[in-house]
Amino acid sequence: MSLSGLFPLVPLIVLLPTAGLLINMIFGGRMNEKAIGGIASAASGLAFVVSALLGYALWTGTGEAVVVPFANWIHIGALNVAWNFRVDTLSVLMMLVVSGVGTLIHIYAIGYMHEDVRFKNDIPRYRRFFVFMNLFIAMMMILVSGDSYLMLFVGWEGVGLCSFLLIGFWYELDTLGRPSWANSNAAKKAMIANRIGDFGFLLAAFTMFWWFKSLTFGDVFAGAATVPSSVILFITLFLLLGVAGKSAQIPLYVWLPDAMAGPTPVSALIHAATMVTAGVYLVARSAPLYTLVPAAQTTVALVGAITALFAATIAVGQYDIKKVLAYSTISQLGFMVAAVGMGAFVAGMFHLVTHAFFKALLFLSAGSVILGVERGHHHLAHPAEQAGSSHAEVHSTEPGEVFDPNDMRNMGGLRRQMPVTFWVYLVGALALAGIFPLAGFWSKDEILADAFTKFPAVYWLLTIAAFLTAFYMGRQIWMVFFGSPRHAAAQHAEESPKVITVPLMILAALAILGGALNLPGLDSLTLWLQHTIAGVEAGQFSFLVAGLSTGLALLAIYLSWLLYGRRPLVEGQPDPLRKLLGPVFRVFERRYWVDEAYWAVFLNRYVDLARFLADVIDGRFWHDWFHEKVIAGTYNWLSRTVLDLRVDQQFIDAIANGLGNLTRRVSGGLRRLQNGFVRSYALAVLFGVVIIIGWLVLK
Amino acid sequence: MPNTIPLSWYLGISAALFAMGALGVLIRRNPLIIFMSIELMLNAANLAFLAFARSFGVLTGQIFVFFVMTVSAAEVAVGLALIIIIFRNKHSIDVDLMNSLKG
Repeated sequence: MSLSGLFPLVPLIVLLPTAGLLINMIFGGRMNEKAIGGIASAASGLAFVVSALLGYALWTGTGEAVVVPFANWIHIGALNVAWNFRVDTLSVLMMLVVSGVGTLIHIYAIGYMHEDVRFKNDIPRYRRFFVFMNLFIAMMMILVSGDSYLMLFVGWEGVGLCSFLLIGFWYELDTLGRPSWANSNAAKKAMIANRIGDFGFLLAAFTMFWWFKSLTFGDVFAGAATVPSSVILFITLFLLLGVAGKSAQIPLYVWLPDAMAGPTPVSALIHAATMVTAGVYLVARSAPLYTLVPAAQTTVALVGAITALFAATIAVGQYDIKKVLAYSTISQLGFMVAAVGMGAFVAGMFHLVTHAFFKALLFLSAGSVILGVERGHHHLAHPAEQAGSSHAEVHSTEPGEVFDPNDMRNMGGLRRQMPVTFWVYLVGALALAGIFPLAGFWSKDEILADAFTKFPAVYWLLTIAAFLTAFYMGRQIWMVFFGSPRHAAAQHAEESPKVITVPLMILAALAILGGALNLPGLDSLTLWLQHTIAGVEAGQFSFLVAGLSTGLALLAIYLSWLLYGRRPLVEGQPDPLRKLLGPVFRVFERRYWVDEAYWAVFLNRYVDLARFLADVIDGRFWHDWFHEKVIAGTYNWLSRTVLDLRVDQQFIDAIANGLGNLTRRVSGGLRRLQNGFVRSYALAVLFGVVIIIGWLVLK
Repeated sequence: MPNTIPLSWYLGISAALFAMGALGVLIRRNPLIIFMSIELMLNAANLAFLAFARSFGVLTGQIFVFFVMTVSAAEVAVGLALIIIIFRNKHSIDVDLMNSLKG
């Protein structure tokens, strides 16, 4: 049975979310919150259905790539860019992840944003959130389904814009809800860090066009073997810069922790599950280029592995529940980038998918924890209210009160108040830590096994990172859910409603079962991606590697129990690691002072330059001297001295006054004739007659 | 009737009459006198008309005299009415007092 008739449906994956956002944008003002969230979720859900149909059509068909023309876009000279959709196993895999996880997060956000807009006291902003979310889904779909680097770039920039809009969703507040520019600064930071990456992407795209006269994947890959390898090296390394920006790798990762300023569903969808994996997708998509230049592959793998370890160490020293997950995301993205860099494209994509499941789960559960603690905190502020009705109306925080619902030091013992959240969080954490048989175990071990055979240095870096991963997740679980509450807010925390917990349970199921995608021996994902990425082979399962990493993970969890579980933290107690590691822990806690270093080395120089340009070049030279002195001075001299004094006052006035004086003098002479005496008029008449007759007679 | 008196004599008298009338208009201040002087000038013209008409043997001049007499009668009627109005306003009919239209 051929289902190839389904392929022309592919534009719907972009058009459906676009329709959702248009409906919410135009009619959302008259709809209630459930309708707004429902439409947004349905738009994303229908895109998932279409993606699933496409996947089914590929599965039953040959599995080869299908290009569906949609629209002509640019046609200038040799540049011919059409908006074509590419349906192949890789893009459909990404579509399924984006729309599937995206839909669950949309549903979750119906509940989450309902409370968030009330805690932040701005109910009308509810609609805007879902408009942005649908825009994000549409842009991400353009990114993964484009048939050329330029269409990919359109989506790449589109998701960057959505990321900016959603990080700065509460742009007038900081993460604690106080009036501040902190959130909008975080949004700008993400935008600027991504601009640096985009610069790399664009240079790579320009080079491709220069050499191949085309930007479609097919043309570029077909021509890649015919050009000097230095060209391919140039392209791939600049693409890596783009990857480092979008997928938060060293040195551009600094924006991702700050991006946690966005609402938690945003952190889950954009900054964990989908957008940040676009870089991994880009490398996997460009596999025919990367496999040509081993030097670029080595670089990519090392960047990924070093990022994985580096971010994992920082995650150990964080207290903000979302910051831990943010650094964990950077670390896991490092795993994926290292995998695709080593040529283990399937392992990288596999980890991308499972990571989307369990990291979205972790972020959403963390959001549930934060909401629960906020509810508890609100309960403290308004103890008289009934707990059930307390989130029905608008709340405001008392001025001057600073309570951070994200701070794990304020939590503790939450497994009793929030049992569902606890269990799903535990699933997510164990999946991330790589415990058998959860999803993370299979995908991470496939990466490690590949690294073990291909690139030992990367293997060791990643293994240490995996150890730290298990440790910081254990630390988080013990700190958040075990022990006793360290703040009254945690004591009064409440479980989240069904609309939040049900998506969590679905994601937890996926985090448990996601490993089935590519079980050793079955290798379904490898067979699936073989159609798109040439030359991938099934990863071999190594009991040595799997045993070592699982053993290290269990050891790390045991260590975390020794430090945080056996004797739970009490209120105000410093982190036990601080005593153990001393200054090293401070380095982790302060994130290696990378932000400070960037400020000192780049940003302050930039600010100085900007200030110099503003004060000296623009202010003093351009404004004070050129505009004021030269242009305005010349103009004033011309108008006042020349035109006003000389031309107007002396010349034109002289003409006007002269005419006036002349008229007055003539009329003064004439008025003497008009003396009112009839006799003189008669005399004049007489003289006139005499003169006329005399002239007639004498002529 | 024998034409014994030459035309130039009539014209001389007519010119003398006209000159006397013009002088009267120019130098007298009493509007009644001025009117009489105007009549004198009109009649000097009439005399000239008649003299020419007779001399050339055509009736045109004679007919014209009637027009002149009609016009002068109408003029006097209007003029006297004006004088009465002026007198009512200024309690005098001295023409030199009526100089308010001077420039």
